[in-house]
Amino acid sequence: MTTTPLVSVEGLTLAVGAGGREIVRQVSFDIAPGEMVGIVGESGSGKTQAARAIMGLTPPPLVRTAGRILFEGEDLAQARPQRLRELRGLRVGMVFQEPMTSLNPSMTIGRQLGEALALHRRELPPDARRALILDMLARVGIRDPQAALGAWPHEFSGGMRQRMMLASVMLLQPALLIADEPTTALDAVVQRDVLELMVGLTREHRTAVLMISHDLPMVARFTQRVVVMRHGEVKEVGNTDDLLARPQHPYTRELLEAMPRRLPARPVAQEAPVVEVRNLVVDYPGHRRLFAKAQAKRALHGIDLVVRPREVVAVVGGSGSGKTTLGRAIAGLLRPSSGEILFRGRPIARSDPQWFDYRLQCQMVFQDPYASLDPRMTIGQLVGEGLRLLRNMSAADKARRVQEVLDEVGLGSDFAPRHAHELSGGQRQRVAIARAVVRRPGFVIADEPVSALDVTVRAQVLALFAELQKRHGFSCLFISHDLGVVEQVADRVIVMQDGRVVEQGSRDAVFDHPQQDYTRKLLSAIPALESTDSGGVRLRWRFGAAVAA
Amino acid sequence: MKFRKQRIPLNALVGILIVGAVALAAVLSQFWTPHDPLRINFGSRLRLPGGSYLLGTDEFGRDELSRLMAGASTSVWISLLTVSFSIVAGSIVGVLTGFLRGWTDRIVMAFNNALLAFPGLLLALGLLAVVGANQYGIILALGLAYTPAVTRIVRGTVLSLREKEFIESSRVLGNSELYTMFRHVLPNCTAPLTVLATSMFGWVILAESALSFLGLGVPPPAPTWGNMLSSARPFMAQASHLSILPGLCIALTLLGINLLGDAVRDWLDPRMKGVQ
Repeated sequence: MTTTPLVSVEGLTLAVGAGGREIVRQVSFDIAPGEMVGIVGESGSGKTQAARAIMGLTPPPLVRTAGRILFEGEDLAQARPQRLRELRGLRVGMVFQEPMTSLNPSMTIGRQLGEALALHRRELPPDARRALILDMLARVGIRDPQAALGAWPHEFSGGMRQRMMLASVMLLQPALLIADEPTTALDAVVQRDVLELMVGLTREHRTAVLMISHDLPMVARFTQRVVVMRHGEVKEVGNTDDLLARPQHPYTRELLEAMPRRLPARPVAQEAPVVEVRNLVVDYPGHRRLFAKAQAKRALHGIDLVVRPREVVAVVGGSGSGKTTLGRAIAGLLRPSSGEILFRGRPIARSDPQWFDYRLQCQMVFQDPYASLDPRMTIGQLVGEGLRLLRNMSAADKARRVQEVLDEVGLGSDFAPRHAHELSGGQRQRVAIARAVVRRPGFVIADEPVSALDVTVRAQVLALFAELQKRHGFSCLFISHDLGVVEQVADRVIVMQDGRVVEQGSRDAVFDHPQQDYTRKLLSAIPALESTDSGGVRLRWRFGAAVAA
Repeated sequence: MKFRKQRIPLNALVGILIVGAVALAAVLSQFWTPHDPLRINFGSRLRLPGGSYLLGTDEFGRDELSRLMAGASTSVWISLLTVSFSIVAGSIVGVLTGFLRGWTDRIVMAFNNALLAFPGLLLALGLLAVVGANQYGIILALGLAYTPAVTRIVRGTVLSLREKEFIESSRVLGNSELYTMFRHVLPNCTAPLTVLATSMFGWVILAESALSFLGLGVPPPAPTWGNMLSSARPFMAQASHLSILPGLCIALTLLGINLLGDAVRDWLDPRMKGVQ
């Protein structure tokens, strides 16, 4: 069956200025009406710009130096700006990555949703527009659409905002929806819900979807075809299942290999715990006003956990589950309201003389490698700072240790005089890890250490982390919302929801026989990988039916 | 640290030249001026530029060039000390209150805001009445008057910095709060501070001349650019050079300092290395 494609991109080349560097080179792909196509690639692969070119929304320095974009047979590259404006919104809609900033904070939801209708469907009377908006809000799962009309964006969570964004785009029933990393900023469960909603809505209206993402399994779940891009070029195009099962291009294979997968369980000796937390309660104080005090919010309701020597304990949960608060409290960055933290059997409190020793023994790797390194210090200074408080270590020994650790994390001493801004995200996270392990700590808390990284870089950093952990034998509390990563690194898993531990157990027990609905829901958002003979993988989705029912 | 050879940008070069020339004149005036800047000579009042008085003479027949040179040393010295005073005091208070928050912050900032709401010059006038109108009195008075503005700006920067992960990262390494404040927080305030310091230089020179105008500046006969400007006012029609020359000196110096300030800010910012 040959249908005319809805969109046909032919040999598209985008460059910075007419003779400048080419960001996108000779990219071609088609989208059939109602089809879901994914573009997968890492940051800098040109995937976003290639997709934006369809709407004529590439940022100014980028110019199209070659190729055509046909939309329903019409060459958009030749279209006047006036015509492009007519198409935008009405025929082609777009959902952006960051739900926190893609809605105007100073407009009510009702007005924002009405904006597009008022522009493109002028013939409708206001009442009819309003009815359409209410219908659509109900369809995307907003509980009280009537109230939502008058509400402001900040009153809703990220997931809710992304639903509204979707509603505002789908109101006009476009022929094509471009979704640029639509759920990257959301946690796994919300992500899946929003995507399922998107798929449902677009099927109803026979809208084609171009989904842009770095997350291959997520794209694979929903699309029929995938375009793999790297360095501005299309490396492989194909039917999603075939492409996963029989990858042709080495880069596709690399992407598949980078997907986290389960490693054989390690035996963990039942030794005395390194860190033990008993009935930990943390409250966030309410905002103090001049004459009153808003009510305090309880973030953790009595958490108990133990971490044994050389063990990696993962804490998982959605956003707002209290997992980051738990890590910060154990690291001593937050003062718990009650409860005890024991380090090697001794209770730790700030007034305790052992506190300082604990401080030196317990280190932390933060989530955002762009914010966790002081921009004014060199890499050498940053890593060396960890040794500053070791009094009985000579300066020469310290210098040697810094060198050694930089080598260990695969950076080498060439990096010592550089500043953080000269490094890529993955290199920065290596520096952050070097900073944490330079003092040879007994316990490391890693708070979402790889969520800000691209998939292949993520795999490298995780491998580095595992190797260092094996070599130096520190225990680790690994905080993450990404169960795929957890499945790879954890010995034991603790599942948190609303500040409480809802389930805990060995990794295999939690992943294979979860006891709680919430755990099942978390697990249903990530695939299990099965390798195929041809070097690819097959994705198996867990509990899909159980949760849907 | 590895030294990176870079071309000095043109604006920085111009800034260095101007500031260097002013500094040189100020230093030179301590040892040599064409004439005695204080010697009155009624025989040669209000001469136009030219002849043995290169830039003319003022209403008392004193050599304008000599007075401008001597004035450079007082004006620049006063501004330098005043700006340093407010920057140091304001940064310390701003970092402490912004970083520690809590009651310290509330009390200090309430006081600070009250000072900000009060006209700076009026405040300086009041202080001068107490400490006496001399060079160091002016420095103290103007320094205190401008400190609240610095505090406010530093505190604002610190409030956003303290939420950054690298501050927590420093805590996790076991660094004391004081070390964190002065090793990680303060250096990251340099960009707003250099911008503020360079513009403050201008405010101080102008404030000093305003004080002179009110008779509370550096007491005559010692020349400053400010008091030269104000004493030239009655002779604007007969001898306009007496107003133009000190005004030009102030304007040029400010230009030089602003150019230099921008260059210093970029030079101190590791992110700017290798750009251009």
